[in-house]
Amino acid sequence: MTVTALALPPTRASTRWRAIALPLGLLVAWEVAAHTGLVRALFLPPLEALAARAWTEIVDGELSLDIAMSLARDLAGFAIAAVIGVPLGLALGLSRLVERVFGPTFSAYRQIALFAWVPLISMWFGTGEEAKIAFVALAALNPIVFNSAEGARSIPAHYREVARVLTFGRWQLLRYVALPGAFPSIVTGLHLGLIYAWLATVGAEFFLNLGPGLGGRINEGRELFQMDLLLLCVLLLGLIGVLLNKLAGLAEARLLAWQRR
Amino acid sequence: MSLTHPIPLPQAGEGTLPSRRTTRVPSAAKRERDRVRVRELTGSMPSLRRLQSVAVSLAFPAVLLLLWELSARYGWLPEQILPDPRLVIQTIQEFVASGELLDDTRISLARVAQGFLFGGLAGLLLGIAMGLWPRFQAYVDPLFLAVSQVPTLGWMPLLILLVGIDEELKVTIIAWAAFVPVTLNTYRGIRGVPARYREVGQVLTFGPWSALTKIVLPAAVPTIFVGIREGLANSWQTLVAAELFASSEGLGYLMAWGRQLFQLDLVITAMIVVGAIGLLLNGGLGAIERRLQRWQVAS
Repeated sequence: MTVTALALPPTRASTRWRAIALPLGLLVAWEVAAHTGLVRALFLPPLEALAARAWTEIVDGELSLDIAMSLARDLAGFAIAAVIGVPLGLALGLSRLVERVFGPTFSAYRQIALFAWVPLISMWFGTGEEAKIAFVALAALNPIVFNSAEGARSIPAHYREVARVLTFGRWQLLRYVALPGAFPSIVTGLHLGLIYAWLATVGAEFFLNLGPGLGGRINEGRELFQMDLLLLCVLLLGLIGVLLNKLAGLAEARLLAWQRR
Repeated sequence: MSLTHPIPLPQAGEGTLPSRRTTRVPSAAKRERDRVRVRELTGSMPSLRRLQSVAVSLAFPAVLLLLWELSARYGWLPEQILPDPRLVIQTIQEFVASGELLDDTRISLARVAQGFLFGGLAGLLLGIAMGLWPRFQAYVDPLFLAVSQVPTLGWMPLLILLVGIDEELKVTIIAWAAFVPVTLNTYRGIRGVPARYREVGQVLTFGPWSALTKIVLPAAVPTIFVGIREGLANSWQTLVAAELFASSEGLGYLMAWGRQLFQLDLVITAMIVVGAIGLLLNGGLGAIERRLQRWQVAS
């Protein structure tokens, strides 16, 4: 985060200190509260207990398997959504006919809260792996289609005119005009889709609760009232989310580097 | 007027010699006038075209409905996968008549209103504070970013242990869902106010309060509204999730119940209501937004 003070620009050290001051203070307060018994350890296990639990879970337990399973679902759903969503979005953005026939239906689908699909999906696909992946794909589909369509729609009309002058066929138009023109928007859509997919992975594992996965472990922590396991998994959820987001951001910058030239 | 327009060149098809008749070429203003008159004379055309486009838009949903009906009639799919559409209509009628659907809708809406109000207000305050005081922002932002990275739903089991599964849980989680986008966008909106706007305030010797209410906030409104819309949509999403997770009333509960009883008609009924309310909430906010920003178009 950039910091712009009105008077003197702060030095690097003070910037860094400000950034970690509050989290550090909270952690200290946490430790103090846990050790003095201010808050019952049942609700707030001390940090070292959390670290110990993390160690045993990763070394002896199956936490790595849970993480791998969650990630696999996430990516499988995301891949399905990308394969369906980008062409669908491009078609919606490029063809007025497709837009008029399918646009309103897509808008209606966008209105339904994501989790409202859970009961329907569980009845159609059961509560196994297919259902979870279907849910993740459904979640990621929305931003991917939407942004791809926006990107295709925003291609300047004279680009298309040039294509017409060059007597481009449908595929050439797609390859040389539509795809490059809509590309930045498509990448944004995919990035957003990845974020949605992770959110949906957590949701799917909560609601369609079968088999290993981080969401399942969180539920386990809640049912057994094991605060350390629960906190650990929540932390992991956040960390993996940040990591996915960072990777997507890097990929986005890399893929769009040609634009700046 | 005509100077600002590109001088219209006679088209080859008009069959005129440009060198002689350039003066006779109608000015851009006149062409525009003609175009308006043509549009007035053929006033019925756009509405006919609109009718046509509505028909095209409805074609696909109509085909889907027809397929649904046919599938139900000839038993292409088992009833647990796709119930008869007439059964869904019947269920809607029953639940509306018994008042149950209305009750559940009211309960869900009340939860969202409460949570969204708390979360939105807190988000506005924090966003304004972060936008106005860079030092405060420097302290708070990293923690805020870190905490907001965990998907909203991820906090739910933790919250259940801390506050139980009653109303507090739903209101807190809904408030949180609204809080994050409202805070982020309010902060961004205020940060994005050009420095020269604030300088105008200094020139006019505005105090901090008038500078905030007369300059900074109005300039930040469009971005803030993005956050509010996102926050409300998030709240509605999260409500459904929270009610599916732990609830004994509300639209989400209706769905969970229908799922347990394998009554897909009930699930679809609840989905229709959830979708319709989502549409109304979004549309309503959009109308407010346009209203609030009307002055911008005028300026």
